[in-house]
Amino acid sequence: MKKQKRWGLYFFLTPVLLWLFLLIVLPHIDLLIMSFRSETIDGKAIWSPANYLNFFEEPIYWLTFVRTAVYSILVTFLTFVIALPLAFYITKVVAPRFQGFLLVLLLLPFWVSELVRVYGWMILLRESGVINHFMIKLGFLNQPVEMLYRDSTMILGLVYTSMLFMVVPIVSVLESLDNSLIEAAYDLGANMWTILFKIVIPHATPGIVSGSIVVFMLTLGNYLTPNLMGGKNSLWFTEQIYNQFIASFNWNQGSAFGFLLLVLSSLVVWLGLKLTKQNLRKVVQ
Amino acid sequence: MAFALGNVYAAEELSLLTWSGYAPQNLVDKFQKETGITVKVTNSNNEEMIAKLRATRGAGFDLAQPSQDRISSVQEKYNLYQPIDYSKIQSDLMIDSMLEAVKKSTMVADKAYAVPFCWGTSGLVVNRKFAPNASDYADILNAMYAGRISYRLKRPTLIALAFSMGENPFAKYSDAMAYKALMEKVGEAMIAGKPFVKNYWTNGDALLESMRSGEVHVAMAWDNGGWKLHAENPNIDFVAPRSGALGWIDTFAIPSKAENVDAAYKWINFMMQPENAAVFTNAEKYGTASAGSGQFLDAEIKGNFERCFPMKAIANIKWYPPVPAKLEEIEGLILDKVKAAK
Amino acid sequence: MQIDLSVQNVTKRFDEFVAVDHVSFEVPDGQFFSILGPSGCGKTTLLRMIAGLTEPTEGEIEIRGQSMLGIAPNKRPVNLIFQHLALFPMMNVGENIAFGLKRRAESKSAIREKVDVILERVDLAGFGAKKIDQLSGGQKQRVAIARCLVLEPAVLLLDEPLGALDLKLREQMKVELKLLQAKVGTTFVYITHDQSEALVMSDHVAVMNKGVFEQIDSPKNLYNSPQTPFVAQFVGDNNAWSGRIRQCDQDAADVETSEGNVFRTKLREPLQSGDEVDLFLRPEAMLIQPDPSLAELNRFEVIVKDILFDGANSRLLAHPLDADTELLIALPQTRQFDYIRKHDKIEIGWDQKSGICFARS
Repeated sequence: MKKQKRWGLYFFLTPVLLWLFLLIVLPHIDLLIMSFRSETIDGKAIWSPANYLNFFEEPIYWLTFVRTAVYSILVTFLTFVIALPLAFYITKVVAPRFQGFLLVLLLLPFWVSELVRVYGWMILLRESGVINHFMIKLGFLNQPVEMLYRDSTMILGLVYTSMLFMVVPIVSVLESLDNSLIEAAYDLGANMWTILFKIVIPHATPGIVSGSIVVFMLTLGNYLTPNLMGGKNSLWFTEQIYNQFIASFNWNQGSAFGFLLLVLSSLVVWLGLKLTKQNLRKVVQ
Repeated sequence: MAFALGNVYAAEELSLLTWSGYAPQNLVDKFQKETGITVKVTNSNNEEMIAKLRATRGAGFDLAQPSQDRISSVQEKYNLYQPIDYSKIQSDLMIDSMLEAVKKSTMVADKAYAVPFCWGTSGLVVNRKFAPNASDYADILNAMYAGRISYRLKRPTLIALAFSMGENPFAKYSDAMAYKALMEKVGEAMIAGKPFVKNYWTNGDALLESMRSGEVHVAMAWDNGGWKLHAENPNIDFVAPRSGALGWIDTFAIPSKAENVDAAYKWINFMMQPENAAVFTNAEKYGTASAGSGQFLDAEIKGNFERCFPMKAIANIKWYPPVPAKLEEIEGLILDKVKAAK
Repeated sequence: MQIDLSVQNVTKRFDEFVAVDHVSFEVPDGQFFSILGPSGCGKTTLLRMIAGLTEPTEGEIEIRGQSMLGIAPNKRPVNLIFQHLALFPMMNVGENIAFGLKRRAESKSAIREKVDVILERVDLAGFGAKKIDQLSGGQKQRVAIARCLVLEPAVLLLDEPLGALDLKLREQMKVELKLLQAKVGTTFVYITHDQSEALVMSDHVAVMNKGVFEQIDSPKNLYNSPQTPFVAQFVGDNNAWSGRIRQCDQDAADVETSEGNVFRTKLREPLQSGDEVDLFLRPEAMLIQPDPSLAELNRFEVIVKDILFDGANSRLLAHPLDADTELLIALPQTRQFDYIRKHDKIEIGWDQKSGICFARS
């Protein structure tokens, strides 16, 4: 019996391990090796940390890196600020029979690809777009205004794209929040803000942290949205990785950038967990 | 029996790595009817084509269509293509001088690697109503058109602006240091002109939409885009810049690990048939390397060339020579800097 | 005497459904007041209206003479202990108790002192740093009470707080709660569906049914002289007959039950001969094999169906000779009746003063 069990474990575990090894570990080892290779002027391949040194010596690389990290954190925070009341409304305010409907409504935009969603925003916001058209028709504007190609537009797009990944985990933790805790706090003299910060957020922390990790990682690794909605000033670190691989044919440099991004995201997630006193196991449950 | 037949039929497939519009559906259908071979089309661009083939070390595709200047250096370094067996090409179908030029520019160790397919130029696409005087690449940095300018953040823009500064970047291809200095100068000019740019376009259709809606008045783009718009709105047209349109030739090249080489040659010969080449040119407005297709072309196509390319302008076209290795890295850094600048 | 809580004509409608229907009552200072009723009778809605978590459709609620209409729960001098206590799991015991004090922005030292005092009072001294999930059911109960009492509310509302406890603990907590209330002197309004809780602890009990109060009285009066058939049946066990009055005078009547027995019973209200009535009789009012010398007893014979042994609360389950109406008869554990077996025929007698008779409406 015991033997059989173990056999079953191997049977189901092997494909997973193979998948992890072949598709994730192996390519990353390849990338890691590549990131420490560079070419001398006469085209000979040598081992060298030059790709990493390059990153620190060239301000546009690390500035982009910092910018990407700061904006990703900002996007994560904004997504949270919007998602929490939304999730609260869905779980605690609205009649239960509408809950499913509202969640489907949230999900709806995700039935089309990110590209289509971004083009949707572009049709709305561009200078000759729908919003400008109506603003002029209604007399709010005399001249069409370019609403695309600003950092704020890019953040809007990123928050929109990330929303679901924050709302769903918060909804699931808030569902386990007993309404009487909120009422009890109210009864004991707490106002709305105290209830939010002392009862709702502490209870929802695991969901908030897991949502934040997902949103942060997705935003950090996003390529399409910053590129298309951010326009001429939208420097995003993924774009630099793409440029190294595709435009400059410098795979070694690209690999080094990729690794730095991996280190950055792991670091920020680790810091976030430390600060909120959560552990990863609790959060991914 | 039927099963076996079906299998054989399905096995005949040509995997084509090309540009959007280079394999029109009606020609794909016609090819299948004539030869029984299905064509699987993957759309791409020069950089991605090289990256894709490099990732698989030349496998996964039977035929690719890189520009002629992007073949020899990557061939030397990564061995992505196999030499063309010119005996299998119906060379009488092609414009002789173009075939010879491509052979020469893709020569690596006495072997040539490509066959010409089509050609075109990069220059300005201008809305005459708003920018009647835009006539050279320098106008994409011109404050007069602030907020109404669009171009690609790619190497052709760097080269075009270098020409408009009176330099010859092609002459500096072999001298990396001099080339770098020139590119830095161009980069500075681009940064100075950045406030006037509306956006850096990445998708040709999106650019056409911006010009059509009047959001963009001056763009650096391919000639065919300008001609497509001219057919809709006579105010918009392609302009061959004073310092010379940049001429490119796109080719056929066979990846080193192609599985269906025979089908690749069949497609090349099929596409160069005058009437087939004309179908492509009539739709996409690019010039063709097929010699006898003139009689099948629409009057509009001839009109485009006559209007925009008088003899003097044709003589002034700057044809891309093969790009040596390492230049892309220099250009990449400059382009990153432009993107990062405020 | 000061009236702590006054509820006048309070009504709550949810669409078509009337949950609370013109209820009025007053609770004087320091009283233990219970509202007893089956689930769904509207008692929780009434309590939530007093706490401010629900707004009444009509009527007036006053606490110590102040109208509470339109005042938010966090501004009312009442506190509510929830059915499942609603202790905050993200805080320890001390933080739970200090929660309300902190909202009043009291000084840190004052808060610490008050928390210590109240913990001592509920016999939980030194528990301040414990986590909620380290406590037993009874301890949680006391923390919940302490969390409210520390705020010194005019009225403490309790929503069936003993419901989740096991039987033994519930019995113990009943007594504890009563003693605690006497000690602190705070006015308690307690709702429950368990009549034993209400009877043991309360000074006054209101019996509620379908949104209205059937009777407000002391526990003893509720048991001994119920004012409505509902109260007679809901409070304590009762045997019930339906019947008709054969003949009657000022305060007594002969009632013929549907199975044909004729019983003499006192009347609470004047009735006419021929009226349809419901007759109730407590199990302990039935005497087993009464002494023949006792005159004036209603006597009839029954067959023992079963013996329900339950210590001091043992009963006989029996039915009259020609009917299958079930009767509960108290079986005193004095060993006097040890001879009774299943299927025995025995005589039952009861005094006419024990009968509770209502005209059938």
